[in-house]
Amino acid sequence: MIISVASGKGGTGKTTIASSLAAVLGPRAQILDCDVEEPNCHILLKPTIESREKITLPVPVVNMEACNLCGKCGEVCRFSAIILIGDQVLTFPELCHGCGGCTLLCPQKAIHEGARELGVLETGFAGPVEFVHGILRVGEAMSPPLIRAVKSKIKSSKIAILDAPPGASCPVINTVSGSDFIIMVTEPTPFGLHDLTIAEEAVSLLGIPVGVVLNRSDIGDTEVQAFCRTKNIPVLAEIPHDRRIAEGYARGDLLVNSAPEYKTLLLEMIDAIQDLVNHPRGTVRTATV
Amino acid sequence: MKEVVIISGKGGTGKTTLSGSFACLAKSKIMADCDVDAADLHILTDPKILHQEDFYGGGKAWIDKEKCSECGICRDSCRFGAISEQLEVNRLSCEGCGVCFHVCPEGAVNLEAGICGQWFISETRFGPLVHARLLPGEENSGKLVALVRNQAKVLARKQNKDTILVDGAPGVGCPVISSVTGADYVVIVTEPTLSGRHDMDRALQLVRGFRIPAFIVINKADIHSDLADTIEREAEERGVTVLGRIPYDPAVIRAMVQRRCVVEDRNGVANESIRRIWERLESLL
Repeated sequence: MIISVASGKGGTGKTTIASSLAAVLGPRAQILDCDVEEPNCHILLKPTIESREKITLPVPVVNMEACNLCGKCGEVCRFSAIILIGDQVLTFPELCHGCGGCTLLCPQKAIHEGARELGVLETGFAGPVEFVHGILRVGEAMSPPLIRAVKSKIKSSKIAILDAPPGASCPVINTVSGSDFIIMVTEPTPFGLHDLTIAEEAVSLLGIPVGVVLNRSDIGDTEVQAFCRTKNIPVLAEIPHDRRIAEGYARGDLLVNSAPEYKTLLLEMIDAIQDLVNHPRGTVRTATV
Repeated sequence: MKEVVIISGKGGTGKTTLSGSFACLAKSKIMADCDVDAADLHILTDPKILHQEDFYGGGKAWIDKEKCSECGICRDSCRFGAISEQLEVNRLSCEGCGVCFHVCPEGAVNLEAGICGQWFISETRFGPLVHARLLPGEENSGKLVALVRNQAKVLARKQNKDTILVDGAPGVGCPVISSVTGADYVVIVTEPTLSGRHDMDRALQLVRGFRIPAFIVINKADIHSDLADTIEREAEERGVTVLGRIPYDPAVIRAMVQRRCVVEDRNGVANESIRRIWERLESLL
């Protein structure tokens, strides 16, 4: 089973929920941090990293001896990453999407592919939990290929927990596509609601069932609950604001360590999600401690 | 004219709260919301839209079944796995690279430039706001960010404004790079959590890579005062000015729920700190 933890708005508690879910599931779980721009699961789970590989994107390299300056490569490229100027072919590897079009379509076969480093992929263990994360190279704009590399490590024998980036655009879609269930973590504020609405709209294109975890559930208003009722989205759990949890998080402690009473709640939430995946029309009782 | 971009690395540290408050305090400014993925500044500013335009993305492939001979060359050439066994294009996976269009022997593939968002020029109680909405699940957020910033610049020149306040996106990827490239100053809002510090470090690396002067604001500073001290010390060692600290204050959420900026109500510790931070920033611009 693959469960993505997403949110729309940043800082609502995705990593808090994802990391503690993995921790309570122990050897049954695998955690994959797909927020490659700002991965944080390792701060809470403190894994031992066992392997590390560079992830690259193929970018064009032109052999000017074979080039006859026809300019086809520049006509083909829709990202302005290669262009014929005078008697030179200039490449802008940082704009390249790695589609391979120029290499494939060069009539002189004068282009081969080099590599641009996108970031690194690390795997290891946090206690009994299998740990995977990607770290985007600072200055690199393109995260989806690295996210796909992280996801290539998903093991079907485990409950894979995917920590998604915030927002609602391509990095989020790349993370959550293929999931069996999406947990949307939000907070009861106008920002939380607005960004939840957008994220829900984005993932609804994929037809994956969604449930909401309402974090700091007592700090704002009741609009998120109203939205969930209208949209028929189950509220899986409500976690009231608790200074203990916030201070624990600041130090890098897991939710289930700073507030152990949430262990049972999270395990029950996994059961509820499993039920919802198997019986999509089932009802869910909102868990709270 | 000075362009100040507010980013954070980590999400939820208070970018929009701070941007909204700066907008309220700054005298001669244009606002630009460059978190086009999940824009929130309009919630605090209640914009009246004066001008609206569609934003077109790079285009997605579309296969004309009438012309298609089902040879499958398009599917085999697509590196994004966007063409299915049944030769249908998955719009969410399609990168718009056009390789399928070029390799199709039947000329059956078309590239359609689709609408992938809207952008707006609005009037608010704090002044003009340029903002946008990327349609959910779309790409090209970097291009839309660049468009919003350009429009804000044009407007600032036309109206002779001193400052452009840009609310940025979380992370360090495409939209953030597009938000900070060529900006005059960047303010990084962080919080004293290990994640906040980790993500701020990456945001700072990015900004320094562009050689843009950066300032730091530490929000919810009393959640972990020792870590706030560490962040401040590390920043100073790197020659980065910390503009100030904002203590945790429930008034921030109360203001947000009423769709107001925290400095509009003129009471509470967050209000006072943000006012001091703005004064300091203004003196440094």
